Amino acid sequence: MISVENMSFNYPNGPDVLHGLNLRINDGEFAAIMGENGAGKTTLVKMFNGLLKPVQGRVLVDGEETSQRSVAQLSRKVGLIFQNPDHQLFAETVEGELAFSLRNFGFNEDVIHRRVTNLLTALDLERYATSSPFVLSGGERKRVALAAILVWDPKHVIMDEPTIGQDYLQKDRLRHFIMQLVSQEKTVVIVTHDVEFVAECKPRVILLSKGKVIADGRAVDILTNRDLIEQSSLAMPQIASLMNNLSDLQAPPGIIDTYSAREFLRERLRRGVIMRSPPGG
Amino acid sequence: MSLRFVEGFKFKRMDSPIHRLDPRAKFILTLGFFASSLMFTNIYALMIVFVAQVPGVLMAKTVGRWLRSMRGGLFLGVFIFVMNVIFGTSIVSSLAFSMRFFAIMSAFSFFFMTTSADDLGLALEQAHVPYSIAFTFTTAVRLVPTMAIDAQTVVDAQRSRGLELDKGNLMKRIKNYIPILIPLIISAIRRSVELAEALESRAFGATDNRTSITTLKMKAADIAVIVGTISSLAVAVYVYFYLPLPTLVIPFEFPRLF
Repeated sequence: MISVENMSFNYPNGPDVLHGLNLRINDGEFAAIMGENGAGKTTLVKMFNGLLKPVQGRVLVDGEETSQRSVAQLSRKVGLIFQNPDHQLFAETVEGELAFSLRNFGFNEDVIHRRVTNLLTALDLERYATSSPFVLSGGERKRVALAAILVWDPKHVIMDEPTIGQDYLQKDRLRHFIMQLVSQEKTVVIVTHDVEFVAECKPRVILLSKGKVIADGRAVDILTNRDLIEQSSLAMPQIASLMNNLSDLQAPPGIIDTYSAREFLRERLRRGVIMRSPPGG
Repeated sequence: MSLRFVEGFKFKRMDSPIHRLDPRAKFILTLGFFASSLMFTNIYALMIVFVAQVPGVLMAKTVGRWLRSMRGGLFLGVFIFVMNVIFGTSIVSSLAFSMRFFAIMSAFSFFFMTTSADDLGLALEQAHVPYSIAFTFTTAVRLVPTMAIDAQTVVDAQRSRGLELDKGNLMKRIKNYIPILIPLIISAIRRSVELAEALESRAFGATDNRTSITTLKMKAADIAVIVGTISSLAVAVYVYFYLPLPTLVIPFEFPRLF
């Protein structure tokens, strides 16, 4: 469990970035931290693996206070995937990139080989095992960065803007992969502006604005609340906007994803509220 | 590891007698310190060169950031000392080489903290340096803070993967920096290629004769700084050739390893 207790933070000689934050993310939970640029989202997740330490209050990971632990100790439990993969890739080969952290954590070579092979397969990267990560496309590099963290099987996985630079297919794969991690009872926290992605995944949404939590709850409740959306410079998911505009169909509130929208429209078709157009009509 | 020492090379707009100086005068002053640091191998002379910069730093009101840059250079200063000792240089000379490093670093920290990239570009242009070269130089200066942010992010990313920079013996510690340097170099190359493409797309270099709305004019204080620098340099040359300097004696030497 990750818990944040009355935590405040500011960079040296800088203004307050986070003020009096209280938060609890349970084991196996899937949460999305959203908010406007500069709201303090990335700063907050950097607290989870001890890269930043609170100026006031405390952050606990599985009951251990992060200010009492080194980044290396906390990283064993908390895997943080940075926004830009180019900030971490350096090895000659993709498999070397994956093995790097395992060697840092002292795994033996047999385990390293097994884990690297498994992760390359899971993320569809086997064919690039001996390629240089620098010759891969942006999306592929992002996947390598993801694999390089997941390879040591951290209990809590934190992803900073995981959907940036990903095409639709890759986003869909990422969504399935996250769901798979959640089903393995891993805590997954994503930092994102991508409302469409959040609408499809429907995690718990923690909305930050100017360093404070302004809302915390179900994605369907937060992403359809105009005031909150405006306050945090987000936009309503397109499906939710469409349902708002089709008020004559009397859509219930809370339809924000394509699956729910399809089910709703099917039901309306069945009841004859909407007429199917004749073939060729 | 914090890269806050880069603050010591970053310009911050302030009002001080040093900030108001012409960039050319400050550049000549910096070159004066640089030349005298290279001229001497005597530790006392190098200490004087270093200490002589302190009044300027105080007048520029940049003591905190200057100290931070000195602290940031401590690792490299110690590295220079250790490597010289390992390769057979005497302890006194090794100390002098480290002192020289700090004197040079201090001079450039002082210059970049008090001179804006715009002023620097203007000074270069007025010195008839081709615009493309002046632009390259000022862009490099402007990119230092951005590179520092990138470097900090890379350090954070690798620490999040279990890398402990301060762990192990000296060789291991040096090796620990490879995962930091490679992403930094790659991203710098990528950034420069993108910048070049963006500049070309915006017709960079389309006209040969550029004009400037502002021109730099030397004031009495600037001329005083230039005259003072040249005179001090002349004294330094005289001292170097004709005046025997006291030498520091340490009655102990490490055994030669190589």
